[in-house]
Amino acid sequence: MADFLLWAWLGGLMIAAIAGPLGSFMVWRRMAYFGDTLAHAALLGVALGLLLQVNISLAVVLVCLLLALLLSTLMHTRIIATDTLLGILSHASLSLGLVSLSIFDHQSIDLMGFLFGDLLAIGKQDLTWIALSCGLALVVLVRLWRPLLAITVNEELAQVEGINVALMRTLLMLLVAVVIAVAMKVVGVLLITSLLIIPAAAARRLSNSPEQMAVLASLLGMLAVTGGLALSWFYDTPTGPSIVLIASALFFVLFTFPRSFRSS
Amino acid sequence: MSDVLLKATNLGVKRGKRWLIKDVNISLEAGQITTVIGPNGAGKSTLVRSLLQLISTTSGEISAIKGLRIGYMPQKLKLEDTLPLTVSRFLDLGLHKEYQLSPQLWHSLLHECRVEKLLERPMQQLSGGETQRVLLLRALLRKPHLLVLDEPVQGVDVTGQVSLYNLIVQVRDILGCGILMVSHDLHLVMAATDQVICLNQHICCSGHPEQVSQDPAFTNLFGPQGAGNLALYNHQHNHHHTSHGEIIVGEHHEDCNHG
Repeated sequence: MADFLLWAWLGGLMIAAIAGPLGSFMVWRRMAYFGDTLAHAALLGVALGLLLQVNISLAVVLVCLLLALLLSTLMHTRIIATDTLLGILSHASLSLGLVSLSIFDHQSIDLMGFLFGDLLAIGKQDLTWIALSCGLALVVLVRLWRPLLAITVNEELAQVEGINVALMRTLLMLLVAVVIAVAMKVVGVLLITSLLIIPAAAARRLSNSPEQMAVLASLLGMLAVTGGLALSWFYDTPTGPSIVLIASALFFVLFTFPRSFRSS
Repeated sequence: MSDVLLKATNLGVKRGKRWLIKDVNISLEAGQITTVIGPNGAGKSTLVRSLLQLISTTSGEISAIKGLRIGYMPQKLKLEDTLPLTVSRFLDLGLHKEYQLSPQLWHSLLHECRVEKLLERPMQQLSGGETQRVLLLRALLRKPHLLVLDEPVQGVDVTGQVSLYNLIVQVRDILGCGILMVSHDLHLVMAATDQVICLNQHICCSGHPEQVSQDPAFTNLFGPQGAGNLALYNHQHNHHHTSHGEIIVGEHHEDCNHG
């Protein structure tokens, strides 16, 4: 097996592992569209990173975070319905990203790679970054699991019980931003949300507790990465979309699974 | 004697150009049950949420005793179907390391709230009454000094309402906590309420239930029909309470005459 395939596989596995619990939170908190908006803004981050000649991942995280804060402020003002707001910002930032990228020399930018991912281009250095970010995100998630779960169940109850709801909410958005920045390599900005949402949704029907669902989502995500990579290797299909296809297939299989086979 | 747990003076909440509540003075004491009643949109929930400091207030002051622990039972719990959560896991989220319940107290509360058989059920499959009992138990897990209940009987049938009110009184007796309760249902007010506050943006009248029911401001607010119902309850209260200690349902007018 070629080295680059091994790096790709390891990188994909790590991202799938963190996408499980984080994606579960996104499903529970109905953040799918929110994640999509952040992911689209990631392209703007890429453009800015190139423009200012700073680390692209860092630029992506910063842009995502800024947008997340902007979004949560705008949502509070309730000037406009949330889904409309997300729809506007999502596509405005995607378009702004595409327009800004067009300024650069076309040869030097792999636009398709940003949009749909280029897992096979992952090198050893990328892998280190992925490992660091995913590890950090995992530590935060595990340590703050209880308060995060508490605000997901009911924010007011959590606040009365002494949890800093605003801080937890911001932290969760920060984690989503970080994972989007690293997952962009795997499935690209257009498909990131699916890597977060689909395994979690697929795991729902098999789980009886939040923790079970999070772990199962990670495992299903890893399975999807492995399957997608294999599909891509043997049939020369694009890697990102292959992973998403396998994940979707898993979802449909589990969804149509007879009820009697489900645990309890 | 009872001591003041939480006190608000001249509390006001303004949203846009409208005052949701204004000049509200309220004082909650340990071991006392305070019921806030008022028509829809009177600002009852706003009052509760500002006392809990869930929303920002425009004017006035809230002072609480140091280390006040509040148990809060929200109006309803909206849980996503996608979240697999059993009752016991839900309750577990409300536990706090510092205020561990003794196993004895835990079992008696569990028993009183009749949640024992629900523990392994998913939260989403509970009926309205069951959900309210679980929410109440969760609020009690912190051994609160003050229990705040926002329309605790919403979506519960009349029999369930009576038993829930009963339960609330029992809980007060077990924990000795103060209780603040919101109700929009005039037909059913607890016999054990020590203080009734009639709210319609401002406090129309307040005091002991009997006192309030005779207040002209009260009749103005709810009309003779509604006011009559509370008066009726008062009558029943005097009639039944000493012998049975039961909670009275406003609709049981005939029963009262028989007795």
